[in-house]
Amino acid sequence: MTATEYEVIIGLEVHAQLLTRSKMFCGCPTAFGGAPNSQTCPVCQGMPGVLPVINRRAIEFGIRTALALDCTINAGCRFARKHYYYPDMPKNFQISQYEEPLAVEGWLSVEVNGTARRVGIQRLHLEEDVGKLIHEGTLETARASLVDFNRSGVPLMEIVSKPDVRSAEEAAAYLRALRAILIYLGVCDGNMEEGSFRCDANISLRPKGSTEYGVKVEIKNMNSFKNVQRALEFEAQRQAKALAAGERIVQETRLWEADKDYTLSMRSKEYAHDYRYFPEPDLVPLRVEQRWVDRLRTTLPELPGERRQRFVARYGLPAYDADLLTQSRALADYYEAVVREYAKPKVVSNWVMSELLRELPGDDEAAIARCPVPPLNLARLLALIDNGTISGKIAKDVFEKMYRSGEDAEAIVKREGLRQLADVDVLGSVVDQVLGANAGAVADWRKGKKQSLGFLVGQVMKATQGKANPALVNQLLLERLSKGS
Amino acid sequence: MAEPKITLAEVEHVARLARLDLSQAEKERMRSQLDAILTYIDKLRQLDTDNVEPTSHAIPMVNVMREDEVRPCLPTEAMLANAPERASDFFRVPRIIEE
Repeated sequence: MTATEYEVIIGLEVHAQLLTRSKMFCGCPTAFGGAPNSQTCPVCQGMPGVLPVINRRAIEFGIRTALALDCTINAGCRFARKHYYYPDMPKNFQISQYEEPLAVEGWLSVEVNGTARRVGIQRLHLEEDVGKLIHEGTLETARASLVDFNRSGVPLMEIVSKPDVRSAEEAAAYLRALRAILIYLGVCDGNMEEGSFRCDANISLRPKGSTEYGVKVEIKNMNSFKNVQRALEFEAQRQAKALAAGERIVQETRLWEADKDYTLSMRSKEYAHDYRYFPEPDLVPLRVEQRWVDRLRTTLPELPGERRQRFVARYGLPAYDADLLTQSRALADYYEAVVREYAKPKVVSNWVMSELLRELPGDDEAAIARCPVPPLNLARLLALIDNGTISGKIAKDVFEKMYRSGEDAEAIVKREGLRQLADVDVLGSVVDQVLGANAGAVADWRKGKKQSLGFLVGQVMKATQGKANPALVNQLLLERLSKGS
Repeated sequence: MAEPKITLAEVEHVARLARLDLSQAEKERMRSQLDAILTYIDKLRQLDTDNVEPTSHAIPMVNVMREDEVRPCLPTEAMLANAPERASDFFRVPRIIEE
């Protein structure tokens, strides 16, 4: 009997904190890291009788994101109360959206190993974040918890994918693509460590070829792309093993334990959740007028997907290069700034992808901002290769030195005497020496073994510590070789 | 007598969701009061509402919003003044027990 092959079905739920100045329903600031309970008021502490008022910018951020994900924006949308008891939410309900979310039915293009697939977006809605609990000891042993309500009421956007994701790798790619869009839009800072971009996943297995879904398990507590991928890989294997052993999968929530590399079941609840959603009576409905949407559409920046396509069309870059260079807005901006000064797009791409990204600690805003080699300096370095001042090989060493010292290329070339040898007389005598010392290779060439030219070029380069102008070396060698034959 | 609109078990469920600890007598009283309310709802249901759009709010208003401006918060001390228990600037709450 052959083992059953399973298909992995994953759906992802992202909570993104919006970069508004004030909270979703009150004027308290959203800044991260304030002293405990220093950024609250009766509204975000859920005192009885307070009245929430919707933050217009939060709605606009939601609409912009919905447009970027090609969603249908609901003309009528409403907030709803989601009831549950937990000390992170003292009014015992969270203002969220239920039956009439801001937007539905979008999609996102996700690329894994060069193959792009569309992952559907089921819904996008807005809600308020809850307070932060610090347990005295662990959740199991704590006798009490401490509550900080600074985060309570910060605008959250929830984006739920369809169960279209088919591997842990694809899940990570989806999250990267979504995070890049939110950062390009300027609606979320995408900081996973500080929790402004959070992700939960639903995962189930089904026999290959089956069209029904298996029992799904929810995974929480994955605070990096790497953890998402590892947690889902682990969980897919756990479920496959259980199914192969004839066990049933229990619908439950499991926590990813990053240090221990496994998912752990949270104690299952005796009662199913009963959130008793109903329309929030204190907030009148929203009517999202087409004019409003159209105006917001004009404010959309170029998104990663469009920029990738433009890089291919305008600069003639391979898809691979375009994809890598548009992962972050900052890196793509850097690339384009170099190309403006040095108009050989593929050469710039090679240098950015190999030399620059090898040195940079990341490709994000912060890494680019701290890059010691500004775009203009890279462009000048490349121009030095073109005008024959230095060879391409030397240029790589110069780049490393530029990165270490922050100096520009000319200064390093001058100080270290790296200027390329392009003097016909000087180079000619080196060529003569090499020809004299390598009679065998010369004879080979004359017998028709043309590859030996490459060897001779190499010898000249070696004799000049890589400083000889390769084109000139070629020319001088050929002149002498054909003269002598 | 008509079929009861709500059972004692349902009252207990709703009471648990609302964290209400009701005595046996209170449960009975709630059951009969809720029963009366639901009976009245049945009467409302007899109205023909086929051509009436469902509404969630009593006032015909939409799009009430504020600009994204930061306004002063209340001082931490004021916000913590009613805390049953505190630890430095945190609210201190009993351990959370999952059901």
